[in-house]
Amino acid sequence: MRTRMKGVLAVGCSLLVLTTAGCGAADMTKQASPFANAQGAKTVTLSVQSWVGAQANVAVAQYLLEHELGYRVDTVQVDEVPAWDALSQGRVDAILEDWGHPEQEQRYVKDKKTIVNGGGLGVTGHIGWFVPTYFAKQHPDVTNWKNLNKYADQLRTPESGGKGQLLDGSPSYVTNDKALVKNLDLDLQVVFAGSEAAQITQMRQFAKEKKPFLTYWYSPQWLFKKVPMTEVKLPAYKEGCDADPEKVACAYPHTPLQKYLNTDFAKSDGKAADFLKKFKWTTEDQNEVSLMIADQKLTPEEAARKWAEGHESTWKAWLRK
Amino acid sequence: MATITATAPRSGLPGFLKHPATGKLLLLAVAAAVLVPLANARWASGSWPHALTVDLTEPLGKASDWVIDNRDSHPLFLYFFGYVSNAVVLSVRAVYLVLLAAGWAGVTAAAALVAWRVAGVRLALGTGAAFLACGLLGMWIPTMQTLALMVVAVLASVVIGVLLGLAAGLSDRTYRALRPVLDTMQVFPAYAYLLPVVLVFGMGVPAAVLATVVYAAPPMARLTALGLRGADAGVMEAVESLGTTARQRLLTARIPLARKELLLGLNQTIMMALSMAVIASVIGAAGLGDRVYQALASVDVGAALAAGIPIVLLAVVLDRVTGAAGTVDDELGGDTGSRWTGWAYAAVVAVAVAVAGRLTDRLDWPEAWLVNIAEPVNRAVDWMTDHLYSGVPYVGGTADWAGHFTTWVLDPMRDGLQWLPWWSALLIVAALAWLIGTWRTALTAVLAMAAIGVLGVWGPSLDTLSQVLAAVAVTLVLGFATGIAAARSERCERVLRPFLDVFQTMPQFVYLIPVVALFGVGRAPAVAAAVVYALPAVVRITTQGLRQVDPAAMESSRSMGATGWQQLRQVQLPLARPALLLALNQGVVLVLAVVIIGGLVGGGALGYDVVFGLAQGDLATGLVAGAAIVCLGLMLDRVTQPTDRRTKKGA
Repeated sequence: MRTRMKGVLAVGCSLLVLTTAGCGAADMTKQASPFANAQGAKTVTLSVQSWVGAQANVAVAQYLLEHELGYRVDTVQVDEVPAWDALSQGRVDAILEDWGHPEQEQRYVKDKKTIVNGGGLGVTGHIGWFVPTYFAKQHPDVTNWKNLNKYADQLRTPESGGKGQLLDGSPSYVTNDKALVKNLDLDLQVVFAGSEAAQITQMRQFAKEKKPFLTYWYSPQWLFKKVPMTEVKLPAYKEGCDADPEKVACAYPHTPLQKYLNTDFAKSDGKAADFLKKFKWTTEDQNEVSLMIADQKLTPEEAARKWAEGHESTWKAWLRK
Repeated sequence: MATITATAPRSGLPGFLKHPATGKLLLLAVAAAVLVPLANARWASGSWPHALTVDLTEPLGKASDWVIDNRDSHPLFLYFFGYVSNAVVLSVRAVYLVLLAAGWAGVTAAAALVAWRVAGVRLALGTGAAFLACGLLGMWIPTMQTLALMVVAVLASVVIGVLLGLAAGLSDRTYRALRPVLDTMQVFPAYAYLLPVVLVFGMGVPAAVLATVVYAAPPMARLTALGLRGADAGVMEAVESLGTTARQRLLTARIPLARKELLLGLNQTIMMALSMAVIASVIGAAGLGDRVYQALASVDVGAALAAGIPIVLLAVVLDRVTGAAGTVDDELGGDTGSRWTGWAYAAVVAVAVAVAGRLTDRLDWPEAWLVNIAEPVNRAVDWMTDHLYSGVPYVGGTADWAGHFTTWVLDPMRDGLQWLPWWSALLIVAALAWLIGTWRTALTAVLAMAAIGVLGVWGPSLDTLSQVLAAVAVTLVLGFATGIAAARSERCERVLRPFLDVFQTMPQFVYLIPVVALFGVGRAPAVAAAVVYALPAVVRITTQGLRQVDPAAMESSRSMGATGWQQLRQVQLPLARPALLLALNQGVVLVLAVVIIGGLVGGGALGYDVVFGLAQGDLATGLVAGAAIVCLGLMLDRVTQPTDRRTKKGA
């Protein structure tokens, strides 16, 4: 029995060695997705975050990579922070829209050097508190945080426990809302919708009935075209006022969104990496594609094709050497 | 729950005093009288005392940082996890390339032919149709990715499961050690496995496959062990008297005798692997689950459904084919010789189709053959939400119901549970578990509950518990009513069956948006999602239980002139009590399994914390919340567990 076990072990080990092609270390941070490069095609794997703006970036990049440069593109949906880890491991090759993660930047770009900055996306992101414009028109003073307590009653829902509801979205998004409510002494309760899909669905339901609501939201975002919203002024943002997450009492900054590439990919795969580095468009462009995807329910591919047909001069510049 | 108390045997006062339950309760009351004042004096607080908690945030955060910093340098990763991960990547890739090389025609033909050999012509046609439907919906490549992942995960689960099962089946000591572990793993919600594997392997396919294996291997191990141990003693004795060696006995007698259990284990492993492969899209598993997940982002129910249908089809086909494998195989093709020729024919035809596809250059699914179901589905969903959400005359809209449910049911339940002093919560758990089980189950339940307190998530856990209890109550009311209807009328059951199949296998992501569109954001939609998920199993178990009631008992009651209602209440329900208890237990376990889905629609509490942990890479929050869900699961399982647990999980 014992000898047989040894035999089995030996066979198992040799199989392992065979499958891993030789002895030595197996660095799992250098293992690509098993679905990459199938059938001899050159593959680029892009990370798609869960919001539509990010889908729009990826859709257009994918369309051009496939139709102009002959790549095959895989997309994987990963949340923001884990996407950094996946990017560092080479499981994805690029993130096209990052909203600022200083901690991850320090770790992967500066210390481990497994990720490089791929330049700006050309879009500036901004997070804030919003009320629907129909509500702001009836009550113009709601757009200042100092008056929010007056409206807490109207913002109440069964979930907000006697206070006004401040609707927050996906847990993956950057938010200081709990601290803000506390530090600004507001009669509000933060209710986490848990996913952007749930948040959007709820906002549309409110808007259909012209009910007042207050929500964490961000631009650029396609939903503004469907549900016009007005930003509520929070105390002005100053550099460093959000350094201590417990003591934040100021608005969110305006962030120029960044692209990040895996270092090895950026070095080795000339054409695709070059294209992704040059990829840069405007908020209007992104919104156009997002609206086609989210509102007209075109597939991302069709939306990208439509956009590409109308904006040839823009994307031709990304392909130039 | 009301049904169960109503059917409990009613006994007179003297009998009541002799009842074992009273003794247990008295003993517990004495223990409480001694311990509670002590505990209360030492740690007087309503919620779990702070002095008794352990803060794991820092060690867990450090562990996670250490893993990330050392993943590309430490020998443990380079020489062990690295190989594991590499082996997974290579095997998934190999299967995927084979599937792509066979082309859509080859894969469909091979699947149909396997189904034909294993389960007969009807299922073969069904299998072929299911694969073609995947292609028609534009999901061929994702389906192949999921299939590749599944094949590897199922093979690994079966190998591991059979090895563990052999060990436990042949040695009593291993069996005793392994059994409680395997029993417990069956009640773990699938999501609980995601975070630990992500911690070690990072996002991606290796983590997804390993999580799937950990989730799917236990039923194989359990059923293998059960099958081997259940071998007829007489047969074994006879075989032994023939002078066979231990190995011969195992191969020629024990394993063939356990065939039924082995096949059942395979069936369960496949089903669990499929459900996990979908859930694992949260950690980057790609394939169909990922498509569902991506469709969620653009709030596109139609697209989510287009990816959800192939999952349902795969599940139904795999379930029916592996289920039929045990029964049909003997009737088909008589002697071994013709059986092998049948397989040979099948192989030849499959290869021929694949080669034909290759020669005509038709490997990829033709783009002209796509059916777009997204648009009509979205229109239907829009109509539903436009007309049902609010302002329906007389009954009010679904949003109003949700509001009332939250204010009148969920809020009082949550506040009530959180108001309970911590020691009384433990006492209630102990009493319930002891009444229905043994002192061992009671102890496990109390320890699980205490562990939640120690982890420092007492408040959120009770919030989650209130949602789970509410969801279980609704599920049982609806499930028993539907089950009774289905048990009384064949036609009703036939109509129900496809719905049950679909809702049991549909990935829960698909119905997130409709649920929010109907009930708004909050705990009410979380409860609704849980009910949708748990209902099919409860209906099935109830129907089966009622059907199995002895016909003689029914007949005699009818001859005594009982009306249909009396018959149901006084004969069928009491006799089906074990089945109803099992339905309760399954309802609880299943509802808890989707707590995390509730976190995605505003359920908050533990579910949200796990989602937060996954999304932010904050493993401390996620792991602690995941562990608390597991503890809640253990506690609820023990509190509702009928003493003789069935061998089979689910319906």
